Amino acid sequence: MTELPFGVAAWAAHVAYALLVGVGLFVLIDDENLVKKVIGLNVFQTGVFLFFVTSAYRADGAAPVLTGEGPFVNPLPHVLVLTAIVVGVAVSAVALALVVRIYGAYGTLREDVIREVRAGRPEAGDPAARGTGAAEPEEGSA
Amino acid sequence: MNGADLLPLLVAVPLLAAVGPLLLGARRPRLARAVVVAVLAGQVALAVALAGLVLADGPASSVVGAIPAAFGIGLFADRLTAAMAVLVAVGALGAFLGDGRRPSGPEGSLWLLLVAGLSGVVVTADVFNLYVFLEISGLAAYALVASARGADAGLAALKYLLVGTVGATLYLLGVGYAFVATGTLAMADLAPALAAAGHGSTLVVAAFVLMAVGLAVKLALFPLHGWKPDAYAAAPPAVAAVLAALGSTVAGYALLRITYGVFTPALFEAAPAVRTLLLVAAAVSVLAGGALALRASEVRRLLAYSSVSQVGLFGLGLALSTPLAVTGALVGLVGHAVAKGGLFVAAGAIDRAHGARTVEEYAGLARRSPLVGAAVAVLAVSLVGLPPTVGFAGKWYLALGAVGAGAWAAAGVVVASTLLSLAYAGRLVERLYLGEPADPTVRTALRADGGRPDGTVERPALVVLAAAAVVVVALGLGSTALADWFAPVVEGWL
Repeated sequence: MTELPFGVAAWAAHVAYALLVGVGLFVLIDDENLVKKVIGLNVFQTGVFLFFVTSAYRADGAAPVLTGEGPFVNPLPHVLVLTAIVVGVAVSAVALALVVRIYGAYGTLREDVIREVRAGRPEAGDPAARGTGAAEPEEGSA
Repeated sequence: MNGADLLPLLVAVPLLAAVGPLLLGARRPRLARAVVVAVLAGQVALAVALAGLVLADGPASSVVGAIPAAFGIGLFADRLTAAMAVLVAVGALGAFLGDGRRPSGPEGSLWLLLVAGLSGVVVTADVFNLYVFLEISGLAAYALVASARGADAGLAALKYLLVGTVGATLYLLGVGYAFVATGTLAMADLAPALAAAGHGSTLVVAAFVLMAVGLAVKLALFPLHGWKPDAYAAAPPAVAAVLAALGSTVAGYALLRITYGVFTPALFEAAPAVRTLLLVAAAVSVLAGGALALRASEVRRLLAYSSVSQVGLFGLGLALSTPLAVTGALVGLVGHAVAKGGLFVAAGAIDRAHGARTVEEYAGLARRSPLVGAAVAVLAVSLVGLPPTVGFAGKWYLALGAVGAGAWAAAGVVVASTLLSLAYAGRLVERLYLGEPADPTVRTALRADGGRPDGTVERPALVVLAAAAVVVVALGLGSTALADWFAPVVEGWL
């Protein structure tokens, strides 16, 4: 292949990476829905993973299987991304578990509603802002 | 045996042992707790042994599985690493013992995972593995924060998770840029490769900025600190103590290692704007954190904001990049970890004994719990930075470094930080000793809220507090030895 297709492909991949990172961060910050925040986080991470994958690319590169014919694409970033995906899955699992718990406590997934509930709570905002958790350590140690 | 053999164990032992409490938790809760204590004690022994071997034989390094260092899982320990490994092990053990509550089996596992992650960050010699260990410790920390009952803990943990993951992912993006610039991820290979790529090149500068911002989120420098007060106030007291002592400290260590071990001071010379930015962020963090701590009414929030201020001092020392200033940053980092961890243990103990959580509710409590009061006073003195404590030594080196570098504004910030911390820590100690105790009706209300009627503090918490106070003073008196301990590492960098 000539230089041009590589340039175009890499350019397009970098635009996609930048878009995914931007969109993901925007959803994470802007959206009030906690599940959508987690989705935004995932999109953001996926953008970064894509950046790693593009760094492995080379024109006419084959899959890095030693029995095949070279030149190969760089296998190292792929391995890194595999590891990072596993980390990302674990983070998503913990995040969703927390969202389930928050939903159980407040009955809503919207952050603005939760803020209202907290603001309307009699003791909230007050020095100790005590939730139900306040009495809990004593129960455990008694 | 040499240090290289011990390095993988520092991570592998707590990581593998983390299965134990999970399996034992349901049927044998006492045994599960004993396993956690035993593993943490073993971790202390391992870390101390590593420090001894590093002192005797010099820096140790090893690659897991005999794969070439450029691709393998490299581990490395110099004197700084060894000191941090000891701090992580001792801090975790102290925080775990200092709590009267018996954690459930899964919580015990999370403690061990947290220690494995933090130890991994400390000993790794690979920038990508640093990310993985950062996330292991992060995940354990999120889950531990959420292990407190009540809805606030869940929300604080989710906020911590979202911000912390964005920080870690930004760090990962920086790793990607550095990889594209150099084709390697091992710290030892990166330093010359980055120099070959040119420290002034946009790619290298972008890599550093992304990695530094990512770690600054974990460090909680001022504009990126939002998760910290919520997480520390909502977490169980022991978790707040371990995170306050170790979380930011290890992130600070990683930032230092990345800055000087990987990018080297040549980066600051090639791109002075980065250094200026770091200096400004650190200075703003010192002042804003202090001001926020002054306004805080809840003790744990006050302590969290004080951490924001103190890591600002660390950032200041890092950015000044003179040997004295970096030594000051390191001494201050260690001192802050001990003092802040101890203060959080005290906050937890006072909460359990008297049901007091705000500065106002602390009024006169030193009369009812004199030992806790004395320990809080000593630790607060170290936080402010008065002799003979380690806090003073850190600030002294830092101020000398700032003056030596001709950075008068930075020296001014160090002095201002002392005044600010005197104001907020002084307020706490003043209430504790001179405040009028709450009148009986209020006290009854506090008891109904959860305070134990007898108002006694458990013995383990007292022992941990006394140990923290002794360490703070001992490190202060032996601050020259501590600085000498770090000297070979700092001289190697600068």
